[in-house]
Amino acid sequence: MLDEGSPLFLQIADQLVSDIVDGTLAEGDRVPSTNEFAAFHRINPATAAKGINLLVDDGILEKRRGIGMFVVTGARDRLIDLRRKEFAEQYVDPLVTEARRIGIDTELLIEMIRHPPDRTRSVPSPHTIHPSEEGEAS
Amino acid sequence: MTPIVVIDHVSRHYRGGTTALDDVSTALQTDTITGLLGRNGAGKSTLMRIITGQEFVSSGSVRVDGQNPLENDAVLGRMMFVKESQVYPDIKVKRALEAASWFYPGWDAELADQLMRDFDLPANRALKKLSRGMHSAVGIVIGLAARAEITLFDEPYLGLDAVARQIFYDRLLADYAEHPRTILLSTHLIDEVANLLEHVIVIDRGRIVVDANADDLRGRAVIVSGRASAVDEFIAHRDVLVRQGLGSMATATINGPLDDLARARAREMNLDLGPVSLQEFVVRSSGDQRERISA
Repeated sequence: MLDEGSPLFLQIADQLVSDIVDGTLAEGDRVPSTNEFAAFHRINPATAAKGINLLVDDGILEKRRGIGMFVVTGARDRLIDLRRKEFAEQYVDPLVTEARRIGIDTELLIEMIRHPPDRTRSVPSPHTIHPSEEGEAS
Repeated sequence: MTPIVVIDHVSRHYRGGTTALDDVSTALQTDTITGLLGRNGAGKSTLMRIITGQEFVSSGSVRVDGQNPLENDAVLGRMMFVKESQVYPDIKVKRALEAASWFYPGWDAELADQLMRDFDLPANRALKKLSRGMHSAVGIVIGLAARAEITLFDEPYLGLDAVARQIFYDRLLADYAEHPRTILLSTHLIDEVANLLEHVIVIDRGRIVVDANADDLRGRAVIVSGRASAVDEFIAHRDVLVRQGLGSMATATINGPLDDLARARAREMNLDLGPVSLQEFVVRSSGDQRERISA
């Protein structure tokens, strides 16, 4: 559900995006109205409208006069593309940053993703180090 | 957006030297729900009484749709003011509703009946025999069913339990969605109403300290925590609302917003960033005489 801290209209937009990406809302489906969103989440209708309009501006949703708001054809592929870019920024970049900080180079990182090490044992060191420095990580 | 209520440099002093409002300027936008937040005695009720022409200003001006509300029936007939401790004449509940229906052209009898059932109110009981909570509920029923163009609720829920308050919020939202109008809601139950608000005004000791869009406020204030030296480096040259330290660790609440660059920088510095709720933000903002924050 909605949390504190990030603007509610962004959360409404994010939720719609997630629903489109995972197929809960198919292309061509009608999305709930502003007032339905407002009543369900107990938020101001203007806030819900702002979230929905964000996706209209991005060409993800389209307004059909008098009927409602619908998911545009091709929206899902575009959103998945966008999600992949966000994935790189939100997960891969911090992963690489933290890996560098603790001395894991790219090759080892790839190796760790490909063959997850047994987490009960110590992480293999990128360079051979003295035994006395090993065994701390777990 | 067009303002329907404009408050221009309004001050209100009482004899004996008390200042209730000190050079207050703000506006209510047409068809928005605005929250009027602040501590008890901050000046919320005074401001509402001034908007509804029930109190004089010492200086400055108030305009409702371009007119002075004082003794102005044309404007007052478009406003509904539900007060914290409304005093009613000694009549039955249904008579009170009837009287309100004569006064407000937009009165919706069906909505009034629905709300009476929602709050479980006895139509035939005398107002003075109602419990504190029921008394508040009558105010809410009248306040919503009147569908006045400008509706002011001043702490309307005294004695109402959490369930009844939720009914109020839900009905307010539903009816507002179908019949948009200008609503000013004063409250100190900030967490409960935070999501209902489109705009937020915070008054502290007679002065406006926050006057901003609710969505802009959300996500603006950020709690930074981590090693004290890193926190201090990060918050230097930023608007710090409060800073606390414990040994080598520190947390600080800053008035952002932080852009992606700043967030990445915080990550590099090994700092944790956390959100601040509207309630926390208001509490932090009301602490001292801070500069006005506006968006």
